Amino acid sequence: MSRVPVIDPTEWKNIWTLAEQKNGKLHAVSYELLGRGRVLADQRNCQLCTVVMGDKISSEDVQELIERGADRVYCVEDQRLRSFLVEPQARILIDLIERYHPEVVIAAATTTGRTLMPYVAAQIHAGLTADCTGLAMDQETGCLLQTRPAIGGNILATIKTPTARPQMATVRPKSTRIPERVPGKTGEVIKIDRVEYLMGSRVTFEKFVADADGCASIEDADIVIAGGAGVRKAEGFDAIEQLADLLSGSVGASRPCVDHGWKPYPTQVGLSGKTISPRLYIACGISGAIQHLAGIQTAENIIAINSDANAPIFQVADLGIVGNMFEILPALTEEIRLLKESSTSN
Amino acid sequence: MRIIVPIKQVPETSNVKMDPVTGTMIRTGLEAIINPLDLYAIETAIRLKEQMGGTITVMSMGPQQAQKAIREAIAMGCDDGVLLSDKAFSGADTWATAYTLTLGVQKLGGADLILCGERATDGDTGQVGPAMAAMLDLPLITYVNKIELAPDGMLRVGRLVEGGREVLSVHPPVLLTVVKEIAVPRLPTLRGIQRSKTASLQTWGPADVSAELDNIGLKGSPTRVVSIQRPQVTRKGEMVVVKEAAEVDRAAKLIVEFLKQRNIL
Repeated sequence: MSRVPVIDPTEWKNIWTLAEQKNGKLHAVSYELLGRGRVLADQRNCQLCTVVMGDKISSEDVQELIERGADRVYCVEDQRLRSFLVEPQARILIDLIERYHPEVVIAAATTTGRTLMPYVAAQIHAGLTADCTGLAMDQETGCLLQTRPAIGGNILATIKTPTARPQMATVRPKSTRIPERVPGKTGEVIKIDRVEYLMGSRVTFEKFVADADGCASIEDADIVIAGGAGVRKAEGFDAIEQLADLLSGSVGASRPCVDHGWKPYPTQVGLSGKTISPRLYIACGISGAIQHLAGIQTAENIIAINSDANAPIFQVADLGIVGNMFEILPALTEEIRLLKESSTSN
Repeated sequence: MRIIVPIKQVPETSNVKMDPVTGTMIRTGLEAIINPLDLYAIETAIRLKEQMGGTITVMSMGPQQAQKAIREAIAMGCDDGVLLSDKAFSGADTWATAYTLTLGVQKLGGADLILCGERATDGDTGQVGPAMAAMLDLPLITYVNKIELAPDGMLRVGRLVEGGREVLSVHPPVLLTVVKEIAVPRLPTLRGIQRSKTASLQTWGPADVSAELDNIGLKGSPTRVVSIQRPQVTRKGEMVVVKEAAEVDRAAKLIVEFLKQRNIL
């Protein structure tokens, strides 16, 4: 392993994003990344390129990547890329990085991105910043300014990688909007073949088992309605679930609920669970321990319902309701149901 | 089976209070503890050892005080510990940290299984485990919530991902990062605490692990912190108090109004 590379930055050009797909379908975060990347590419006056790896990549998906901002798409197709395995994907990405020398590579801070990116960065001695919420280009130096929350969101650190290239970062999903489609926009498509020798994996993929309820996971959901200790028992989530159903939202839980076994771990919001950025977060019976607040502060809108007026959750709420969640939630559900019914009957 | 568990000592934040004015964590007087998410890796290691026999070495990079975290892990049931501690290691980012821990693993002659927590609750990157796997050229499975031993020596591993879980199989040696769901960490026993006081805990510096000085600490770190801001987390939201039954409907209507305003309904 070599020292921190001091690279001639002029040899490293263009902004790359990693598209993510599962079972042949591109994840929305692939487009969010294009929104981030487009801004950086325009700041640097360079191209925005995106890398897609998968079993089969449809020309419609490629066209959508181009129409949402990509100037160039690198497609790597192989049936062994159907499910995520870190070794082949890392070898391919390193191969592409060494061939094309991108200045910046950004990926989503998903289970895929947070596995692949450090596995790659470690091997090429690149700098990598996790879970960024802000990215900007220093136009003069070409340094990527990467802003991320740390210590439970109590500080925002801005980080750069002065000499090593590429500059790598994972970006929190839903931290930016999907850019508008520009119909008819053209771009270059480069098919990468002869990747056979990169495909080996010591880990074998056996199967994927989807969550039973079929709801979007809380990190993917636009609306998350979560319960806390104030829910008091597993059945207390019924009122939350009814509202979530109506709003097509997902149900989250604070740590005490998961520790009591009322809700499974994948629904846990907060520092020892998931950090989420939904459009709407409704906290029901959640007092708002700092660990919990760290997981929701990038939510766009926060409503808190809690019987304790002094609960810290109210400090971060856009709308706070001091009262009994078991009275307010059914009333709210009813109110929304009536609204939806009247709008469909009109 | 030879198991190594890399851990990190972090400030205890579970009972921390927020400063009502700045909206940030009050960090004075915080105790140092084992990163809570590392406890699950320690517990998993102990359970695997109970099933198959073997040894568990706890490893950490940090100041001398991190010995305390290692002794706590030994008190839970690990066998011995290694602390990588030296001024030259300080200021390390995730790359240099992974490099240093990798050298420690290599000096121990490698392992069949390296178990890491998902991430540390202070730095919150989750990058050191995967980076170590790459540097050690080990296969890697992250977000592991289940490990089953197959008779042929394979490990069948559950992995929590968005919207479900994956099942994967791998033959050791392998590096796994585990999530909270995998097991409930045990408390140290009195006997364990006694044993932890005398268990072997070696401290290694850069020369002990033949570190290239260009690769450790701040010097080996490709990233630099440019600035730190304390964000204002407080939002100036409206607050409504519901005391009587009649006010419940008003509150519900208010929420609906809010949702309409924000284009959610």
